[in-house]
Amino acid sequence: MLLDRSINELATRLRKRKITIEQLVCESIARCKAQAKELNCFISLRTEQDLLEEARKKDADFTVDKHQLYGLPFSVKDSYVTHHLPTTSGSKILKDFISPYAATVVEKLLATGAILIGKNNQDSWGHGASNENSDFGVVRNPWNPAYISGGSSGGSAVAVAARMVAFAIGEDTGGSIRNPASMCGVSGLKVTYGRVSRYGTIAYASSLDTVGPIAKTAEDLTQVLQVIAGVDAKDGSSSQRPVDNYPASLLKPVAGKILGLPKQFFGTNYHPEVRSTVLEAIAQLKTLGLQTVELDMPVLDFAIPIYYMLASSETSSNLARYDGVRYGTDRDGFLPESARRIMLGTYALSAGYAEDLYKNAQRARTLLVNSYQAAFAQCDFIVAPTTPSPAQKFGELLDNPIENMLADLFTATVNIVGVPSIALPIGFTKTKLPIGMQIIGNKFQEAAVLQLAHQYQQITQWHTQAPPTK
Amino acid sequence: MTKNTYQLVCGMEVHAELKTKSKMFCGCKNDPFHAPKPNIYTCPVCLGLPGALPVANEQAIEWTIKLGLALGCQINLFSKFDRKHYFYPDLPKGYQISQYDLPFCYDGKLETELGSVRIRRIHLEEDTGKLLHKRIGDEPVSLIDFNRSGVPLIEIVTEPDISSAKHATAYSKQLRTLLRYLDIADCDMEQGGMRLEANVSLRPIGETRLPNYKTELKNINSFRFLEQAIEFEVDRQAVLLDDEQPVSQETRGWNSVKQETYLQRSKEDAEDYRYFPDPDIPPIRCSEKQIENWRNELPQLPEKIILHWKNKYDISIQLASQLFDTYTRDSLIYSELFEQASAATIVPEIVLKNILSKKVSTPQEVGVKQSLQQFKNMTQSDTVDDVQLQSVVKQVLIDNPDILLKYFTGQKQVLGYIMGQVLSQLPKKSDPVQVRAAIITELEQKK
Repeated sequence: MLLDRSINELATRLRKRKITIEQLVCESIARCKAQAKELNCFISLRTEQDLLEEARKKDADFTVDKHQLYGLPFSVKDSYVTHHLPTTSGSKILKDFISPYAATVVEKLLATGAILIGKNNQDSWGHGASNENSDFGVVRNPWNPAYISGGSSGGSAVAVAARMVAFAIGEDTGGSIRNPASMCGVSGLKVTYGRVSRYGTIAYASSLDTVGPIAKTAEDLTQVLQVIAGVDAKDGSSSQRPVDNYPASLLKPVAGKILGLPKQFFGTNYHPEVRSTVLEAIAQLKTLGLQTVELDMPVLDFAIPIYYMLASSETSSNLARYDGVRYGTDRDGFLPESARRIMLGTYALSAGYAEDLYKNAQRARTLLVNSYQAAFAQCDFIVAPTTPSPAQKFGELLDNPIENMLADLFTATVNIVGVPSIALPIGFTKTKLPIGMQIIGNKFQEAAVLQLAHQYQQITQWHTQAPPTK
Repeated sequence: MTKNTYQLVCGMEVHAELKTKSKMFCGCKNDPFHAPKPNIYTCPVCLGLPGALPVANEQAIEWTIKLGLALGCQINLFSKFDRKHYFYPDLPKGYQISQYDLPFCYDGKLETELGSVRIRRIHLEEDTGKLLHKRIGDEPVSLIDFNRSGVPLIEIVTEPDISSAKHATAYSKQLRTLLRYLDIADCDMEQGGMRLEANVSLRPIGETRLPNYKTELKNINSFRFLEQAIEFEVDRQAVLLDDEQPVSQETRGWNSVKQETYLQRSKEDAEDYRYFPDPDIPPIRCSEKQIENWRNELPQLPEKIILHWKNKYDISIQLASQLFDTYTRDSLIYSELFEQASAATIVPEIVLKNILSKKVSTPQEVGVKQSLQQFKNMTQSDTVDDVQLQSVVKQVLIDNPDILLKYFTGQKQVLGYIMGQVLSQLPKKSDPVQVRAAIITELEQKK
């Protein structure tokens, strides 16, 4: 299968005229036909005819100096506005919404010649970690359709894992890229806040939202990140800092670097198979010449209350515009999980309560930033599990909102602090469900994080495992 | 007449749209009043479309701070934008981007002829869209125009220092003069480019504490209405207070036909706007040096020039303000005009009066010399025939025998009376210098 291969391999084969873009797109279409309905990972797909026309035109125009991503099929989470296809953010409130403009990340990828196949299912508005909170139905895990895909970018992770696209763009506010990437056995990058433009991303929580790629390998992630990173005049929170050359850094030596292990992330309060698998992966990393140091970061224990206070406050504001005046559907179209977060956030910002709730969470955010900075004075990376457990069966999180929140335990602080983190596959449970791990770096250290993840993938094979296909 | 005498306690909130080229948070054209059609100066940002992000207009920030400097304000070197949440169809995001606890400017002062008014704060925000309620056929419809959505809007808030309705208009007019002079706002009142709000309450004379209520007078689009509305409100509240009735906390409008204020919205429960820092816009940091540079770029301010002209050329404050309001931001050319007029023993104020009434071309149009020449030509006197003059003077002196006595006992002011009598019998434009000389000669002969 072509879509089993890396972006570099595909680009090379195209240049050697061993394959055509039409072949690639046909395979993508075939994979979607076979499983997209069952796994429910797309909200909208372009028509076969439309895609084939574009593929043939791109084959005709192909020259060797085209971009690495030229002709490669990809998909984006439905939280990115696009021309032509609807943009729903997983909610029926926007079910008929066609945006008059496209997100910067989409424009940048289309400019390389990459081919947008469709828009991925997600927890509506990014609210959820299981992809069960979608008005377009649950997304199923390709490793076992009885299990959740993780969320909120579940559709994007599944489309990559099930080899429907070469890569996808997810959106990560509290773990929404890393969580489904780990549950589906693929690699996902949460970037430094400000590294990739948010323009055209339907906001969940603006100070935490980040735009990032999901792909099979760290190496593929570098190819996509190289395109999407950089300042955008339309996003005042995007960073002016020059973009590193990510692919060029992949093979630089990592020996001597220090891994920090916060003891708060290595207790016994979560799934034992996840914990033991992460410890094995750390042992593997040590064989690359890395050392470890134990960190004590007590404020990590408050990750969930801080995150939900801030994210809910911001989302109550960001979703105020869907008031039934301009987008057709009434406000009762919000699912219970969104309604909960809107109510919580509205309460947290209300006069008389904001001091204790929202503002206290902001103060705690500063403590968390300081804690991470102190940690990075002692180490180069922080290693953590991605989720406290492998993918659950449907309903397990939906029926238990608190458990649902705890799914963000290891991922949310990364967003609060704004640092980058890669989630990568590191093994399987006895029941053959993927397990993932995070490598967290200091701000704008994407190159270092990708480099370590890539070198781990050079000595392991987890990233080459594909789910059973039909 | 009321039983007790009360003192007005009044503070003002004035909104003005800045005349930047583009809107506050997007690149759309900022020209809502001259747009040929509704909803043409719009984009995803000012329509509040999903995914769109605001980017702050630096020019608007600079102008806001410059206004603050002109009003002697302190400047917050660290400032930010906040979201103010409320539901209204003209507010497409469900919140307005405004400034809450760290406005760009605070603690300033505006001196008026009726007393100084302290400025509490000046902040920058975005204007809303505009609703239009009308009928199309038989159907009552509400239409919305987003051309105004996202236009930069400053709000200038005073302390409750205003002590009369006239004081309120003096303050507002002077503020408008300053905004126009700085060339940062057109302040078209009719269109809503400048909006006045007065918070009005009363307290017994001698009381120093602030009253425990206030009435907001809103949506007033002229200085005259502002003055009338405050005066009406003072009387209305005095009657209530005399009867020991509470005055409700409410927003009132002005009905210019009935000449009375009317209830718009009761404000017993304060609205909760759930302010919090807008996470889409990074905080704004200014350096002391930047502020100093902006301070140095400020032109000499109208109030200073007006005072200078008053002292040096005896030009009334009212006339000078009128000049700044409507005719010019270039004070230097007028200083030159007044200087040359003085040198030619022409009264500068009379020249200015003739310019303001458009009888004489402005010095910007034709130059100082030409402007002055026009004035001279217009006021040129005709020489009177000497024989005719002499006979008129003689006749007046005969008709008023007591004048001679008064004149020779030192009451020289009778000269003016004689001048008047003589001139009234001569053709218009007769040269007063010649007439005066003839009268004195005649009087001296009778000594």
